[in-house]
Amino acid sequence: MSLTATLDIAKIREQFPVLNQQVNGHDLVYFDNAATSQKPRVVINALTGYYEGYNANIHRGIHTLAERATRAYEDTRLALKEFINAASTEEIIFTRGVTESINLVAQSYGRTFLGKGDEIIVSGLEHHSNIVPWQLTCGATGAQLKVIPVLESGELDIDAFKRLLSSKTKLVAVNHASNSLGIINPIQEIIALAHGAGAVVLIDGAQAGAHLAIDVQALDCDFYCLSSHKMYGPTGTGILYGKKQLLEAMPPYHGGGEMIKEVTFEKTTYNDLPYKFEAGTPNIADVVAYKYAVDFINGLGRETIASHEHELLTYATQRISALKGVKIYGTGPAKVSVVSFTVNGIHPFDIGQMLDARGIAVRTGHHCTQPLMDRFQIEGTVRASFAVYNTKKEIDQLIEGLERIINFMK
Amino acid sequence: MTINQLQDEIISEFSLLDGDMEMTVFYIMELGQNLAPMKEETKTEDNIVKGCQSKVWLTADLTGNAIHFHADSNTAITKGLVSLLVRIFNGQSPEAILNADLYFMQKIGMERFIGTQRSNGFAAMIRQMKLYALAYKTKMAVE
Repeated sequence: MSLTATLDIAKIREQFPVLNQQVNGHDLVYFDNAATSQKPRVVINALTGYYEGYNANIHRGIHTLAERATRAYEDTRLALKEFINAASTEEIIFTRGVTESINLVAQSYGRTFLGKGDEIIVSGLEHHSNIVPWQLTCGATGAQLKVIPVLESGELDIDAFKRLLSSKTKLVAVNHASNSLGIINPIQEIIALAHGAGAVVLIDGAQAGAHLAIDVQALDCDFYCLSSHKMYGPTGTGILYGKKQLLEAMPPYHGGGEMIKEVTFEKTTYNDLPYKFEAGTPNIADVVAYKYAVDFINGLGRETIASHEHELLTYATQRISALKGVKIYGTGPAKVSVVSFTVNGIHPFDIGQMLDARGIAVRTGHHCTQPLMDRFQIEGTVRASFAVYNTKKEIDQLIEGLERIINFMK
Repeated sequence: MTINQLQDEIISEFSLLDGDMEMTVFYIMELGQNLAPMKEETKTEDNIVKGCQSKVWLTADLTGNAIHFHADSNTAITKGLVSLLVRIFNGQSPEAILNADLYFMQKIGMERFIGTQRSNGFAAMIRQMKLYALAYKTKMAVE
């Protein structure tokens, strides 16, 4: 008997207005959650509530609206600090999302502390956003990029990682869970090994926020990145978590208002954490609404959500595997709710178009992980990714659509 | 037949599908199966019109005042749409191709393929066909 509460999915779905529509004459089946998640009414209302009720510029104003807006903005920071169990709100920096978070570290940390002869290790599973910023850093500093190989199962080759680590390794950047394959990486082990070699670790948590428990103190990671829009929050925001002593040592990323203490033309001093890294008027409204996404997840309970998604993953994997000519990529035991597959003789693009004709939204192609597709020698896959509001009935519809496609193309 | 007469013919054929998107997609893929295949050696980097997921190859030649296109694609739906373009443009003059206003795509519910989707090489292909027409027209004027 399950110890976690069961979810009333129908009631949950009612909270997501976008789900209540038809596409091409069929009920929408939204299976592209790894690309972006849908938003519950509370998040949407928080956005409009902000603009209707208390929009004002934050941190500097002394009037009532400014005070309310500042309070709401900082409430989100506190909520996220607790969500990932950071030691202090000074370690939570608002960015535009994971891509910007990684670029911030790649520039501010990378270009300051790395030099010729140093090495950065990423993995073969990485999204372009956790590859290209490091390539830019290497170009600017003379450091070298190394890559952890990916096994046939989609899991990382940790033995190979151990062999890659050396005294030259200064930074390791890996994802918590793979957007393309769904594989959850053993980041606790990776972090411990990297620290043993004297390297800092950045974790790309874009695919973890909606699905996994995150405890940055337990993990002891040096940097952790979260994306709001992938965890039921609005687009355009996310966070970078960094250990305080690292962030203090890092020079500013963007210069401008808010991140300063005193400005003269001769010399400018910088603000304390976290504001040192938050230049200019931020994306206040979306940050304010982000807290409601965090509350939504906490309200349901992360374990309960994970349990439901695991059921969906198991059911989808089982039914998709049973189809003729199908190969699933990402067969390791620990996965978030993503199924990536190809069908013999049918291009993923065609499958995606045909599924869309039946109202089913999946992602096709290389999923911004071209090196990973090259590793498996494929052009791309069809990716179905599930969130808390998806159902087994929707998976049945996906299977029905796939069966029709396979039969037609015979 | 003129380009517009051919477009109207296509619109009429598709109207039998009653706007059913699934039937439309299946039908387009069937049409693609009838497209004369390009020789493998002509599917070169020079002749490719790249989209993010869907590739199209295109060559053209001029006989008298008529352009003939040869095209292929790696995805069934793009191949089908390509076959419709070839049907419309084959044997037409450079002038007619340059001045053509392609309205059939919208009428058969496929305007998404000439929209902002980077994934599909189809929109780039239409531009490429018109570029060939322009090149041939210029060449003819010079000779």
